[in-house]
Amino acid sequence: MSGTVTKSNGWAKSPVAARRRAIDLVATGLSFVATAIAILMLASILWTLVSNGIAGLSVVALIRPMGPPGSHGGLANAIVGSVIQTVVALLMGAPIGLCCGIYLSEYGGKGRFASTVRFVSDVLLSAPSILIGLFVYLVLVAPFGHFSGFAGSVALAILAVPIIVRTTEDMLRLVPTAMREAGMALGAKKWRVVVFLCLRSARVGVLTGILLAVARVSGETAPLLFTSLGNENWSFSLAQPMASLPLAIYQYAGKPYDDWLALSWTGALLVTVGVLTINIVVRFGIRSRKG
Amino acid sequence: MVSIPAEQPSLDVSPIPGAADEAFWHGDRLFRLIVTGCALLVLLVLGGLVIAMGVGGLKAFAAFGPQFVVSNVWNPVSNEYGALAPLFGTVVSTLIAVAIALPLAFGAAFWLTAIAPPAVAEFVGSAVQLLAAVPSIIFGMWGLAVVVPFVAHHVQPFARHVFGHTPGLRWVVHGAAFGSGLLTGGVVLAIMVMPFMTAVMRDVFMAIPPMLKESAYGLGATRWEVMRRIVAPWSRTGMIGGVVLGMGRALGETMAVTFVIGNSNSVGWSIFAPRNTVASLIALEFPESPAGSLKLSALMALGFILIVISFASLIAARWLLREKSA
Repeated sequence: MSGTVTKSNGWAKSPVAARRRAIDLVATGLSFVATAIAILMLASILWTLVSNGIAGLSVVALIRPMGPPGSHGGLANAIVGSVIQTVVALLMGAPIGLCCGIYLSEYGGKGRFASTVRFVSDVLLSAPSILIGLFVYLVLVAPFGHFSGFAGSVALAILAVPIIVRTTEDMLRLVPTAMREAGMALGAKKWRVVVFLCLRSARVGVLTGILLAVARVSGETAPLLFTSLGNENWSFSLAQPMASLPLAIYQYAGKPYDDWLALSWTGALLVTVGVLTINIVVRFGIRSRKG
Repeated sequence: MVSIPAEQPSLDVSPIPGAADEAFWHGDRLFRLIVTGCALLVLLVLGGLVIAMGVGGLKAFAAFGPQFVVSNVWNPVSNEYGALAPLFGTVVSTLIAVAIALPLAFGAAFWLTAIAPPAVAEFVGSAVQLLAAVPSIIFGMWGLAVVVPFVAHHVQPFARHVFGHTPGLRWVVHGAAFGSGLLTGGVVLAIMVMPFMTAVMRDVFMAIPPMLKESAYGLGATRWEVMRRIVAPWSRTGMIGGVVLGMGRALGETMAVTFVIGNSNSVGWSIFAPRNTVASLIALEFPESPAGSLKLSALMALGFILIVISFASLIAARWLLREKSA
């Protein structure tokens, strides 16, 4: 017993072991620094947003529409526009994404068509969002001769679909085959099995995907630049150019007017808080309840 | 005894006339049709995207020919456009981003999988992923407010002090200290793509059979040695896949880059000089491009090149990530 202790102590004091330990210590330390840098960047972003944006956060900013510099404008029309476009995008994107995910998981299998769709969906997931805006401009803006909130919603929907496809397929694949077989054995048709058994038991995961898609598209600016364009005034019609929070931030940021600058930071704070709240709810709320 | 006509698809016979049709319209075939249609729609959107860019850019490709990709000119007055400067800015800022993000992501993935206690890793890992959720325009504003002054006041003076007289490196650090330029763009991009790379690396590090790691630990290897000799070689292709995936994101990023890269259509050695990228050029020049103009067509042509590049990088990433799992 004591022999082993002495032996291991002697081994540990050898120069080779000391060097190995030192290298391990350095590597461990550096890896900690790398992680810390990521966390610090997140903290720095949040701090910058809060310290610049909190001052402009007032009732006026939340209830008044945008206006020229010095007119005590707010962000209300942009907030409403963002909500409208995100909701419309979701109404279009969620069913398509769900159905596509269902196809990939329940019908496509490993077939050639399904593999292609899966790959294309992945490409869309990381396609440059500004090109999606350009595409929707060509299809829905140029032919009609004017920018519209609807075009913006379509661009956002194209961004939302691949996220929903991916999570829906993954979540449906987690549903045990035995459950499908049980449904079939009871005489249910396949679509009933898929919708009322599989989708229902995977609903938390599927909802997660939809929420993540909401978080992603509600902060997107680039696809809206050429589609919904932005609007200084109240706009509720999807056929007209529509304001949105990210576009308002883009328009106001870096401008030489103090009140516009302040509003852009306030808008940035609102968007980020919204997006991160959804993400935190998804990560800590829904996931932990499920697990 | 009810007789069943041969063409009736279901045994579910009901006395109501037209029941066969009803069974069809409420049944599996319709559902299958709908979901397949949605899958097809996804294909059509990407196909439409590529075709629209290609057709839109046709005029520019026809007007300038292969010269388009090697010309440095972007002159709306003389109506001459070339893609070299934005392509250069895109590629170099992406390379800088990968060079910075790769060690950070590797370190973070190493720390999260091998060193941190599981509960801490869970929490910190989620925080790192939150960084990926921050909208890109926020990265742009933060970059403009924090990174640009930092580069202007600290990084560039320091770099010039150290390398200002080194032959070869002199031109890399050359230029006025604006703060916005290729390096700043690369740094902001690096922070944006780092969480994606970390997530992929974490997954591939976790996928290694525990027995391999445990045998190495059992032989007395340190944690770094296990990483270096066992985990890293095992997951090399997966790691490269993650890097390429992050690269694909950096290539097409628009808002963050537009805020911090300085937006100057030029090519040169300095990493501090203002440049532009394909995406930032499209974002800034599009509002001044009338429909049907050669300029708009040149922007579409740039978009086409960009989508082809990101397509290629994604194919590469998938191929690399698949090889390991197979």
